[in-house]
Amino acid sequence: MTPSLPRVQHIIGSGVVAVVGVTVTYISYTAQPAEAFLFPRLISSVFVVLALWTFAKACLGWTKVGEGLSARQMLNLAPGLAVALVYIFWAAKGLGFYTATAGAFFILLSLYDPAPHGAVTTWIKRAVITAVFSAVMYLLFAQLLNVFTPREVLF
Amino acid sequence: MEFLLYFGDVFTPINFALLLAGTIGGLILGATPGLSPTMAVALLIPFTFQLEAAQGLILLGAAYTSTVAGGAVSAILLKIPGAPANIATTLDGHTMAQKGEGAKALQLSFLSSAVGGVFGVMLLIFLTPVLAQWALAFGPSHLFWLAILGVTIIGSLDGNSLVKGLLSGCIGLWLATIGFDDIMGAQRFIFHESLGGGINIIAALIGLFAIPQVITMFAKGRKQEGAEVLEVAKHKVSDAVRVMTKFPRALGIGTAVGSIIGLIPGVGGQIAGLVAYDQTKKFSSEREKFGTGHPEGIIAAESANNAMVGPSLVPLLTLSIPGSPTAAVLLGGLLIHGIFPGSDLFDNHPDVAWTFINSMLVGQILMCIFGLYVAGLAARVAQVPQSVMAAVVLALALFGSYSVQSSMGDVYVMASLGIMMYFLERFGFSAAPLVLGLILGPIAESNFIQGSMIANATDGAFVYFFYGLLNVFLIGVVIASVVYSGWMELRHRRYTTKEEAMA
Repeated sequence: MTPSLPRVQHIIGSGVVAVVGVTVTYISYTAQPAEAFLFPRLISSVFVVLALWTFAKACLGWTKVGEGLSARQMLNLAPGLAVALVYIFWAAKGLGFYTATAGAFFILLSLYDPAPHGAVTTWIKRAVITAVFSAVMYLLFAQLLNVFTPREVLF
Repeated sequence: MEFLLYFGDVFTPINFALLLAGTIGGLILGATPGLSPTMAVALLIPFTFQLEAAQGLILLGAAYTSTVAGGAVSAILLKIPGAPANIATTLDGHTMAQKGEGAKALQLSFLSSAVGGVFGVMLLIFLTPVLAQWALAFGPSHLFWLAILGVTIIGSLDGNSLVKGLLSGCIGLWLATIGFDDIMGAQRFIFHESLGGGINIIAALIGLFAIPQVITMFAKGRKQEGAEVLEVAKHKVSDAVRVMTKFPRALGIGTAVGSIIGLIPGVGGQIAGLVAYDQTKKFSSEREKFGTGHPEGIIAAESANNAMVGPSLVPLLTLSIPGSPTAAVLLGGLLIHGIFPGSDLFDNHPDVAWTFINSMLVGQILMCIFGLYVAGLAARVAQVPQSVMAAVVLALALFGSYSVQSSMGDVYVMASLGIMMYFLERFGFSAAPLVLGLILGPIAESNFIQGSMIANATDGAFVYFFYGLLNVFLIGVVIASVVYSGWMELRHRRYTTKEEAMA
């Protein structure tokens, strides 16, 4: 990791927290009815002070805690995170829980499994693990716990 | 001796089957690096919806106990602690395993875990009703300060930065206010329709503990974990018992340190194990052998990290203040059954409370028996590839958070909080104070509002919240925890700077 990267990351990270802190404080002190925001006012006052303090420290390069993310880690997690986001925010509802789970499971397994992609046995193994896992999830949630997922239990 | 009245309830077929399942499952989950006890218990909560309150708690309690002990398996055989609580076990346990004494190390670990664990649960049994009666004296102002104390103590002791710890606690307290206000019915911070009903605690817990682990596994890429599982040769259990009885001091120090540390909110098993190891080493006549595969090291560390399990639940069951993230997850398990812990838990639901506590006592014995026999299997399971583990945990998180209220909103909240927590952790923030803030927020707010109403009708808010022996004591502890933590952080920084300068 280049020396300047963590500092920039810390500034961005603590900056986001500071923006949230300022927004929460602003809403707490301006929203009505005021009685409903008594406790949020109390918390947000401390929240904003700590958030601005952390942001100032990050800007001055005084942050000592937190490793940030290396470029390698970002590259590693990006495909998995993208699959997870599509799975959770679209596929689970759009395709149905079980179909989406089987698909996401197989893709994630293929993305992060260290076994060579060229071997046929690797793909068969991945497909079998996915099938077994999907069956276990179906039995557990649809049959045992009676959880009715979107698009009914079959999907 | 009221607990004896409900002892038989642990042995009904369903309860005992759940206890067994929780114990064996917990041992295997605990042995898996990356699956912390808190995350394991959080992922199990959705499986308790269909169960009665006591049954659900039996499952969660057994899983909690066994995951802590199961972490020793991978610490000893793989040199990877299954949980932070097992770090100290690695020091001597893995060296013993390298010398071909893996079985002896595992046996010592489970036997001392059981001794420490049973003592810890006995403490829970005898302390809880006394403190529950004492807790009746607590009014809204005291409960408000106690909730704040829960957040500040964890915020200041957990993690490496006091400011970021407290900030995490504030974020949790703020998240707890999202939704409709209880008294006025006003909308607060509802930026999206998914937040209309507020943040569901179970979904939040799953997200905050499971999703960062999943992303951490993603960040490692396609790397093959190179840890080698050491062979476990046969070793007589009776010999291990004999070795353990040769070191009563290590067992005593471990158990005492674990029990005391367990009672202090925010100080987890990791600290218990390391402090017990350090103290035992100081008092040992064979201190030079520590770190070279000495049984005393394992006995002290493992008895301590399991002895803290029982006492860590005392603040939860008496004052409804969870003293640790795992206790917060157990609180979630109670709340979904409409049971609120606190002073009247033992009056209104003695069957639930005592069956749960008794099951933890029996669970310690079962954990020891099964631990001795499934350790080898658990070590193999611990080698499940990260790719499989990440996909499994992600799917369980989705199904688990959805099944709470059959709401996609909860799933979105779970995922959003989890992703946010991963990035916050990379910048030095910690999940534990945030979770405590989220759980204790409603308790703090309702008591703050009640207290304000009483204060308006009496001597005013300042007198109500800041006067009185108990208020002053609690405020003092809040300040002391923050000041102590700040001083320790400053000292550590000076020491590190001096070391860097010398290097």
